[in-house]
Amino acid sequence: MARSTSKDAQDLFHSLRSAYVSTPTNLKIIDLYVFFAVFTALIQVAYMALVGSFPFNSFLSGVLSCIGTAVLAVCLRIQVNKENKEFKDLAPERAFADFVLCNLVLHLVIINFLG
Amino acid sequence: MGGKPEPGNVSSKSESMAAKKASPDLLNSLSFKSLKLKTKQQELLLRVSILGLVYVLAFIARLFSVLRYESMIHEFDPYFNYRTTLFLTEKGFYEFWNWFDSESWYPLGRIIGGTLYPGLMVTAALIYWTLRFLRFFVHIREVCVLTAPFFASNTTVVAYFFGKEIWDTGAGLVAAALIAICPGYISRSVAGSYDNEAVAIFALLLTFYLFVKAVNTGSLSWALGSAFGYFYMVSAWGGYVFIINLIPLYVLVLLITGRYSMRLYIAYNCMYILGMLLAMQIRFVGFQHVQSGEHMGAMGVFLLMQVFYFLDWVKYQLNDTKLFQTFLRITVTSAILVGGVALGVGTASGYISPWTGRFYSLLDPTYAKDHIPIIASVSEHQPTAWSSFMFDYHILLFLFPAGLYFCFKRLSDATIFIVMYGLTSLYFAGVMVRLILVATPAVCLISAIAVSATVKNLTSLLRTKQKAPQSGSTKGLGSSKASSKVLLDQSQPVQKNGAMALLLGVFYLLSRYAIHCTWVTSEAYSSPSIVLAARGAHGNRIIFDDYREAYYWLRQNTPTDAKVMSWWDYGYQITAMGNRTVIVDNNTWNNTHIATVGRAMSSYEDEAYDIMRSLDVNYVLVVFGGVTGYSSDDINKFLWMVRIGGGVFPVIKEPEYLVNGEFRVDKGASPKMLNCLMYKLCYYRFGELVTEYGKPSGYDRARGVEIGNKDIKLEHLEEAYTTSNWIVRIYRVKPPTNRL
Repeated sequence: MARSTSKDAQDLFHSLRSAYVSTPTNLKIIDLYVFFAVFTALIQVAYMALVGSFPFNSFLSGVLSCIGTAVLAVCLRIQVNKENKEFKDLAPERAFADFVLCNLVLHLVIINFLG
Repeated sequence: MGGKPEPGNVSSKSESMAAKKASPDLLNSLSFKSLKLKTKQQELLLRVSILGLVYVLAFIARLFSVLRYESMIHEFDPYFNYRTTLFLTEKGFYEFWNWFDSESWYPLGRIIGGTLYPGLMVTAALIYWTLRFLRFFVHIREVCVLTAPFFASNTTVVAYFFGKEIWDTGAGLVAAALIAICPGYISRSVAGSYDNEAVAIFALLLTFYLFVKAVNTGSLSWALGSAFGYFYMVSAWGGYVFIINLIPLYVLVLLITGRYSMRLYIAYNCMYILGMLLAMQIRFVGFQHVQSGEHMGAMGVFLLMQVFYFLDWVKYQLNDTKLFQTFLRITVTSAILVGGVALGVGTASGYISPWTGRFYSLLDPTYAKDHIPIIASVSEHQPTAWSSFMFDYHILLFLFPAGLYFCFKRLSDATIFIVMYGLTSLYFAGVMVRLILVATPAVCLISAIAVSATVKNLTSLLRTKQKAPQSGSTKGLGSSKASSKVLLDQSQPVQKNGAMALLLGVFYLLSRYAIHCTWVTSEAYSSPSIVLAARGAHGNRIIFDDYREAYYWLRQNTPTDAKVMSWWDYGYQITAMGNRTVIVDNNTWNNTHIATVGRAMSSYEDEAYDIMRSLDVNYVLVVFGGVTGYSSDDINKFLWMVRIGGGVFPVIKEPEYLVNGEFRVDKGASPKMLNCLMYKLCYYRFGELVTEYGKPSGYDRARGVEIGNKDIKLEHLEEAYTTSNWIVRIYRVKPPTNRL
């Protein structure tokens, strides 16, 4: 059971990897950005675990800014991906403009909340 | 109007051309022809004019009390909002945000800047500053009084767009018209009712509309709009908890019914993250979005959405179902395990606080009665009776199930939302009277769908009869078709008559609804509560303005640092109009302080004097309805004082004030009742007064009995002022006698 599970996991990994190579470059850039944002959030959480969460609003604003921008980037990816039939008549410039606007609002609120 | 087919237009045009050639008044016909609009423009004109009329109607339907009495603030809570708005416009935003009020809850004080929902005050202040900028120098009180009707009008516009989103423009128009006069909404938004709900219902409907629009279009900018709507709602009312639980519940229902889509992902995620961040800017809300149990549902659904998206993406990448199934199993089980463990640890360690009393009593209505008497004592928190539903909704009550039927016939993301909103809000409206207000927009929208769909079906039935003979005459068919057409023509009159009758019935129902709403608004919901009116013996109207008389006496005849003790109902009014420090007020944030006042009111005069000296009380204010028959006075509220006081100080026992479980004030009352401070203060010198012809002196008209203790002597207090109808009585606390 364990062997078949590990073999399954390996198969899974390989097929995911091979499928991922074929995605367009702009989507890969967005994925990298998402990964970077989530990684930053994890570093902040680890730091909080070490030194305590005293200015809680600062901790929250830091983590939420990372998660927020990651989520918005995922939304951008959804809207820009040419294979999504629901969004085929949405111009990628409009999607990017929405992304920038939402990020602007997000970071303005974060700056107010940072304390 | 739009039913006439194209040949009709062409034929009328050719007729007019012939008329032009025939008569010299061709100029008249030409100008008339150019005025005649195309169908689309006619429809737009009709819609805009209907909306405009509904907008004006919503505003003027709420002006009864301004016309009958004067432009003043009603009830109790609005006086606090008025006082804070006044402070904001006088001192500016920075002072307002950091305000520590030492005039209430003496000696504790209250951090007003951090414990209120600023949306209403900031809105009124912005309107005030805009009007002043345009050189309309109105008083802030006028702005406050008319804020609620103004926002009710705006709500009708939002309801129109919402109805258009869910169903079509017809339903939107009917929804706007229904919500403009619905008594459930009017009750909390008349002119003068300057309370949080006035703008909160507008913000609620706006948030829901923008969110449904975001789910329908999948656009990030609509989701951003709904986040801002949510921010406005959080700044305006504590009832925002309803939104932050309904929307995740809606998303969950969509996920379960297999309607997961990218648009839903975009809409919910953007709204949740941005909305949560914006909401945390309000100091009163603080970190509740990540720490309180009431908000955890939203976070859980957020994480669930990430899992769904991830699974969707992996499934798309893999294109191999078997491998995907194993992956699915692993991921789902690990996600559920991790989520469950996190929730368990958070709740057990106390980091995630459980549901607070006010909202927990919505889930378990018996909770407040046993554990928190202050919440149970508020009259707005009682469960709703059937008569209230009928009174507040009228025909919408049976149009609501009809609308539900139509919604289920045409299920889409938007109709699922409105069905969920309607059902959950009706459940909560059944638990607490006050929440009928929250259910009103949903009931109006769903009923509008029923009305609009029915009227559409009936009018299309009426119109088909006109088409059939036309096509029959122009086409010239064979005998079989002609005979069938003849049969159709014969059944058409019956159908047409039935449709006509039903249509007339619908219009009759709607007109009865309008009459009922106007009557309810005029009779029941337009009283300012601070000014009482009654009919005299000859039918003339008598006004009792005792409350304001007493508060202005306080303002003008007491030292500025005097402290007034009264029951918490009147706290806001005393600080706003009397401008004196109070011990407890309507905020009810400190139960022990209120219990201390309750204990003082229920004790004998000596013990009460010790408590009053410890609180530095200079004046005591009681409300008494025995002379006028006013039934919301302090004697009728007295048992709640006993219960709340007894909840904290076991020395106050409720059975001591009752006789055989009955609350009496006449000769048969218990001795503790006859000698407690509240009884003495209310009935002092009342035994000498004859209130009604033919009844003995000291006859209490509110309770309908002759009082038991007519010979009252006060040792530590002296009467300072009694208003002209004896409704408000003020006593001065005497300083301790000199020691010899």
